[in-house]
Amino acid sequence: MNKRGRSRSTPPWPVAIPAIIALAFLVLPVLGLLIRAPWGRLIELLTSRTSLDALRLSLVTALSATVISIAIGLPLAWLLARAEFPGRRFARALVTVPLVLPPVVGGIALLLAFGRRGMVGQYLDSCCGITLPFSTPGVVVAETFVAMPFLIITVEGALRGLDTRLEDAAATLGASKWAVFRRVTLPLIGPSLIAGGVLTFARALGEFGATITFAGNLPGVTQTLPLAVYMGLEGDPDQAIALSLVLLLVSIAVLVGLRDRWLRTGVAS
Amino acid sequence: MRRPVILVVAAALALSACSSAGPSSTSPATSPATPGSAAAQGALTVFAASSLKEAFTAIGKAFEAANPGVSVTFNFGPSSTLATQIGAGAPADVFASASGKTMDTVAAAGLAPSRSNFATNSLEIATPPASSVAISSLADLAKPGVKVAVCQQAVPCGAGAQTLFTKNSVQIKPVTEEVDVKSVLAKVELGEVDAGIVYVTDVQAAGAKVVGVVIPADHNVTNKYPIAAIKGSANAATAQAFVAFVLSPAGQAALASAGFAAP
Repeated sequence: MNKRGRSRSTPPWPVAIPAIIALAFLVLPVLGLLIRAPWGRLIELLTSRTSLDALRLSLVTALSATVISIAIGLPLAWLLARAEFPGRRFARALVTVPLVLPPVVGGIALLLAFGRRGMVGQYLDSCCGITLPFSTPGVVVAETFVAMPFLIITVEGALRGLDTRLEDAAATLGASKWAVFRRVTLPLIGPSLIAGGVLTFARALGEFGATITFAGNLPGVTQTLPLAVYMGLEGDPDQAIALSLVLLLVSIAVLVGLRDRWLRTGVAS
Repeated sequence: MRRPVILVVAAALALSACSSAGPSSTSPATSPATPGSAAAQGALTVFAASSLKEAFTAIGKAFEAANPGVSVTFNFGPSSTLATQIGAGAPADVFASASGKTMDTVAAAGLAPSRSNFATNSLEIATPPASSVAISSLADLAKPGVKVAVCQQAVPCGAGAQTLFTKNSVQIKPVTEEVDVKSVLAKVELGEVDAGIVYVTDVQAAGAKVVGVVIPADHNVTNKYPIAAIKGSANAATAQAFVAFVLSPAGQAALASAGFAAP
């Protein structure tokens, strides 16, 4: 049955031509990057002050954005998946807005909300002297805004697809709601939580538009890897290419990591 | 079975969002280059420094009015970015830069055989209106807690700001190095910084949205703006005509009314 089903669904051969063009189109730019890469000077370029600052800053901010996304995004995903409240569908739609919003627009929106004269920002400034733009926390805010929806959507999907009988069984055996969540639900959605976290991290690491608009560009403070790549293109293109390789490597690592995750969850469910 | 599907969708979204981050944020600098590229009759693509936006938009309209059938498309951006793009083969017919240095990189690639200086510009401090921080001179920018935005070093206005600080022996630590002069101006207009180093012409163009603090001429830095028709332009005659128009009394008048000084 398998064999017949497969042969019937094989597309006609002319489809291969546009398909090959599509594949080449996606692969060629990456190949161009690899060919043009300054392999001989790579170590020197990646250990320069600008590169190390950008690497360190990117790791710290992307990790912070991921942790914050889990801390506040997981509860939101839980509510969206399980709680009945008016406007739930609307709330779910709102969560996906940053996904489709051009990041620069996100940056402007963040400035108007959390900037020094922004809707919320002016009170942060006057009450506590906190100003987010042009600071490292500002970078984290921009990255979290853009990346958190990935975590929420992934985890919410997992929660909705979960077999609730396991949780019901735990509840009938006397476990409190909190205990059920901690001991049954959380381990069940664990793989999705990790996958969502990795996606969030990757998106935060690659964030450019919202960061440069909201947090500005200052080496060591707000200049993350993508910003250093963009600025480097004008001063030292080799450095920009070297840093691009780092980002490419991370992207591939994420893909490889997630592929394993998909396989495992696929088998489990 | 539902989980993997959702994950795949999320991953697809992730990838599309990642890839859109670059182009969408750089599009102001790159997108106008494509439609105006040389194949069409009478189409001219002019790459010009951000600070020329108002003046050149007016000049472009006047040039189109004087030459029916010609349509001018502008690509305004940081001079250094534009120079890099032209070096990489972007279809520019004319390049107007905010510094001799950025034009040098295009000339070094053999793409700008002859150039003419068409204007000069100097720097000014822009401050947000109704600011609580009093700024009346460069020295005020060095005070602790004063947030200053400048252009990044590679852009002429950033290099100029650095020269300005050195010339006046002030130690200023900016909070951000923006992509180009209009980004600096935007941060000032929004009140996110207390001051920005921009051009005299930018303060004039911003009108009431910023308050300018004039830097005395003997303390100021002036840069010359060169223009050149790009070698290999498919529309070389029109490109030369545009350069001549910028240098003509009509072009010079438009530049003067935008606040530029004569070359």
